[in-house]
Amino acid sequence: MSVDLEKILRPIPAEMAPYEPKYMLLASGEAAVVRAVDRDEIPDLLKHVEPLLHVERDYYDVVASRVYAELLSHYQYRFQDQYVLAVQVDGELAAIVNGRQVTPTLGLSLHTLALRRGLRVGAHAFAAKMEYHFDVLGHDEVLIVAESPIGFRRWMIEYKLEKRFEIPHELGGVPSWALTRELFDAARSSLVVGRRPVPPEILEKAMEAILPPSDPPTPALDPLSATRSKYDPTATALMVERWAMEGGMQDA
Amino acid sequence: MRDVYVAGIGITTFTRLEFALSEIASYASMMALKDAGITEVDQVYVANMGAPRVNHQTALASAVVDSLSLTPAGAAAIENGPASGGSAIKAGFQAVASGMDDVVLVVGVERMREVNGLEATDFVATLTHPIAEYIYGVTLPAHAAMFTRLYMDKYGVTERHLAMVGVKNQNAALNNEWAHLQQEISLEGILDSPEAMTNNPYVAEPLRFFDACPVSDGGAAIILVSEEKAKELGRPLIKISGVGQATDTHAVHEREEPTDLLAVRKAAADAFEMAGLTPDDVDVAELHDAFTILEIVESEEVGFFPKGEGHIALEKGETALGGKIPINVGGGLKGRGHPVGATGVAQAWEIVTQLRGDGGERQVEGANVGFTCNFGGFGNNVVCLTFEKEA
Repeated sequence: MSVDLEKILRPIPAEMAPYEPKYMLLASGEAAVVRAVDRDEIPDLLKHVEPLLHVERDYYDVVASRVYAELLSHYQYRFQDQYVLAVQVDGELAAIVNGRQVTPTLGLSLHTLALRRGLRVGAHAFAAKMEYHFDVLGHDEVLIVAESPIGFRRWMIEYKLEKRFEIPHELGGVPSWALTRELFDAARSSLVVGRRPVPPEILEKAMEAILPPSDPPTPALDPLSATRSKYDPTATALMVERWAMEGGMQDA
Repeated sequence: MRDVYVAGIGITTFTRLEFALSEIASYASMMALKDAGITEVDQVYVANMGAPRVNHQTALASAVVDSLSLTPAGAAAIENGPASGGSAIKAGFQAVASGMDDVVLVVGVERMREVNGLEATDFVATLTHPIAEYIYGVTLPAHAAMFTRLYMDKYGVTERHLAMVGVKNQNAALNNEWAHLQQEISLEGILDSPEAMTNNPYVAEPLRFFDACPVSDGGAAIILVSEEKAKELGRPLIKISGVGQATDTHAVHEREEPTDLLAVRKAAADAFEMAGLTPDDVDVAELHDAFTILEIVESEEVGFFPKGEGHIALEKGETALGGKIPINVGGGLKGRGHPVGATGVAQAWEIVTQLRGDGGERQVEGANVGFTCNFGGFGNNVVCLTFEKEA
């Protein structure tokens, strides 16, 4: 008797209503589109997430490695009821957010990965996925955690999240926080922006291709590298540099 | 009194730097020493505001002079709030001008991002009056907001004027590779669009997010030398021709007219008098725009524009690159960042860069006279300097 193992391993997806794209102007004045990412576009995201695995700054390495695993397992049908939204600016990937539906009334936020910094792109993306949970999927509550202090400030503090510490979150089993519908409604006017419909030319540009980010996060800057070796807490390299200078400026 | 010249300059990127404070200072210093082509100094002054509180480090000058292997040079740290940098330059100037020293290294350094934003804001707030202000929760953004509201009521400055300063300076930083902020912003994105209130929320009304400088780490250094030494080194001759410092009441509410920044007015006037210059002689200026309102007000108090007309000059583009008096062409504190102890030295670094003609995309054509205003406290301790290029 043959067994179709794939049928056993592949989760049966729940019906999840689609997310209608929206757009907003960033502080730069550029239009950013938030839209759902289809399964067949996941490989396009993965190649832009992979470099961030090696960025040891602001927990990009932790977040990117988890996002990579989540997206890959979603692509290969090994994740239950995950959705993925992308933020694009002129086609360029600016942020990825994902989450999943736990029950028809409970959502779970997975990650917010900003590939463009300093323009509140991640915050806009997070607001969009909460909008999806409450306004589209009809959830009453979303379980949330933050890996980085930036995330903690953006979610726990700005949205005034409630503690659900008795519930271990799926991300590492750490204590959960919750955004309730009431809290989300209270935050709408100040934190949730976006306009619909997206002008056709802007949406077409976004749908055409997920272009690589032009200014992605990079490993921590090391402006001291010229005079400081990585394992030189006593700054011997500085003295070596000075000796080189004394021997001749051209060698320094 | 001897003439004093800037023979070398150095700077680190202003951003978050995960290195020891003394190393950040050392890097900027090494660049300055290399720029000047020297390996020995007589005296080191280290400008810093927060090492004991934020970085749990005291005797910073001893650490820096040893990191640089500059012992047995004299070394001392100077803490004077956000005016520490300007104050250290003044000390270095006095040392050389008096004939006590021939070569002085002045380095400003701060590592504020070792703590979170709330702690950093609280740390800076410790410069306020401990009984009359701090215990009531007054922070620098709160001070600046109250000041801005008064200024708006009295002189007609609007939120648009503030945003114009923010856009001008943050976008100017795009031409400064060392600057903290490297994201372009627009008036539409931070003021006019439906999303503007979320992109640019109020921090302390009427000041918004993009009206405040970022919290930065970083270091900047300059080498001050005597005329004889300057000529021996053969670097471009940039003279510090004027030095002015003045103070005002510690508690802002004790000022007869809070919208007058009398310490700025006097420090600038003293610097110009010492140099034999007038504000009209200045080709490029660095003003202390920790908050956007301050650039407007300082541009009036130092004499570039009549009182109450700084925002009108801004509207006309007179403070932009190519304008009558370009201000903060390297981004200012708003775009370059504000590691508090380093800022006064970074201002000097920018002006020397300009007078040498090394400003690249942000170069002010024909810049021969430069000016800096380093604003400590909420205007209660101010250092102004004039710089001149000599043939």
